[in-house]
Amino acid sequence: MTEYLQSTFLGPEIGWLVATLALILLIALPLMLAVAMIIYVDRKIIAAVALRRGPNVVGPFGLLQSFADGLKVFLQETIIPSGANKGLFLLAPIITFTVALLAWAVIPFSEEMVLANINIGVLYILAISSLGVYGVVISGWASNSKYPFFSAMRAAAQMISYEVSIGFILISVVLFAGTFNLNEIIKAQEGHIFGAVSAYGLNPLLFPMAVMFLISSMAETARAPFDLTEAESELVAGYQTEYSSMSFALFWLGEYANILLMCALNVILFWGGWLPPVDWEPLYAVPGIIWLFLKMFMIFFIFSWAWATVPRYRYDQLMRLGWKVFLPISIFWVFLVSGYVMIDKFGWPL
Amino acid sequence: MQIFAFYLFASIVIASGAFCIFARNPVHSVLWLILAFFNAAGLMLLVGAEFIAALLVIVYVGAVAVLFLFVVMMLDIDFAELRAGFMKNLPLGLLLALVLLAEIIFGIGAWSAGGMGEATAVVGPPAGGPSNIEALGTLLYTKYVFIFEAAGLVLLVAMVGAIVLTNRKRGGVRIQNIQEQVARRPQDATRNEQPEVGKGVEL
Repeated sequence: MTEYLQSTFLGPEIGWLVATLALILLIALPLMLAVAMIIYVDRKIIAAVALRRGPNVVGPFGLLQSFADGLKVFLQETIIPSGANKGLFLLAPIITFTVALLAWAVIPFSEEMVLANINIGVLYILAISSLGVYGVVISGWASNSKYPFFSAMRAAAQMISYEVSIGFILISVVLFAGTFNLNEIIKAQEGHIFGAVSAYGLNPLLFPMAVMFLISSMAETARAPFDLTEAESELVAGYQTEYSSMSFALFWLGEYANILLMCALNVILFWGGWLPPVDWEPLYAVPGIIWLFLKMFMIFFIFSWAWATVPRYRYDQLMRLGWKVFLPISIFWVFLVSGYVMIDKFGWPL
Repeated sequence: MQIFAFYLFASIVIASGAFCIFARNPVHSVLWLILAFFNAAGLMLLVGAEFIAALLVIVYVGAVAVLFLFVVMMLDIDFAELRAGFMKNLPLGLLLALVLLAEIIFGIGAWSAGGMGEATAVVGPPAGGPSNIEALGTLLYTKYVFIFEAAGLVLLVAMVGAIVLTNRKRGGVRIQNIQEQVARRPQDATRNEQPEVGKGVEL
């Protein structure tokens, strides 16, 4: 598309700009639709675990529930507390939402369908996801209210804690694949297990990493059982307490866009991305994007499942898991993986 | 396009740097500082140092500045007291400003003399060669491996020092023993009693 637009009357520079803008919209708009539907799926799964029906009134099977909620929120009045720091108060949800969308620029949906195929894709994701904490921290401070402030403090501590082990997990995958490019990482997984199954997650050396990454990504997105930032029994609604209307909805959308991003990252790093699960010729007839979405849905199901079954962690348990369990194990595993890669490449040193 | 991006990033860096100094609220100052970091990363991207840009965002924006913000938000700041210190520190501040100004003038003088012309001519990695990450990794782990490890050692010592300084024994802390908590069963904590009428239970 970029080449085509550049060859028309627009010329190379303007053509590139128009094509990139169109591609950004092509990712962002379906993403919003996906977020609306995944909220519906989330509520349905949690309801099924609790033996309830879940949303079933608006539209067939309640499919339009999220859109009804969105419309309701859109028509509400935006209330700004008089003690709040007005500019920052309004900026915080915008930051959360923007950062959640930014990371999707490097996600490969199939071999060609990637907006920015940059050679530091993994680092870009790490950099952008480390920005996510600002929306929460700023909203907590700008609300000028004690519960949002507690929530912001918790969020800052929690996200920094789990980012450390996520970094080490990413490093071990990068060592295995030998590249920082997300597309190359997916290609390196082709037929990884016995030349048949395309997934790093089934490699015995990387399986513990896959499990830790799944749990860490739940903690990083502040998803239950790690949702201490919005623990309703202690902090009302956490950092969102003072928000209403669209500013609240932006938090909501950003949060779920982040969860979807983490699902996509799990799939790309450990479960073969857009590759079919088994390296068998007829399966390649199915477009890669379908495989990616199917796998993302499986990961999201685990997220919802954990939400519905696991009770919320205590704060000290959360910190213990991050610093005393995941961090030492992931550091040790980086040693193991790099040792294996060395031996695999250069043979035994003796 | 690149010229436009350069002037955008550069002007935001300078403007947010100025706002960082002039903002009255320290939290606003830190936020302006973060904006300056972020746009500096954009400038790094423009000269082709994408690895340095990513590191700048991950390390400074993602970790250091969060901790800054964390601490500054929790400080109880008395603005009147801050103003009072202004006159007292003014001579020292002016001295520092003079030194910095002299350095800038020397720097510009040296640059306009043409000494650095060749060095600035090479921008970005050569096309077709190894990428930034590979080139940096090769250099760090071969030519500069001892310096690199010494830097790591310094960081380790700093970390141990920080832990030693803050780790003091405090009385009255109830330490959580997770193994004990997990191993606890209902029969350890509860018992069934059938007390007779009019008699209580001895706990």
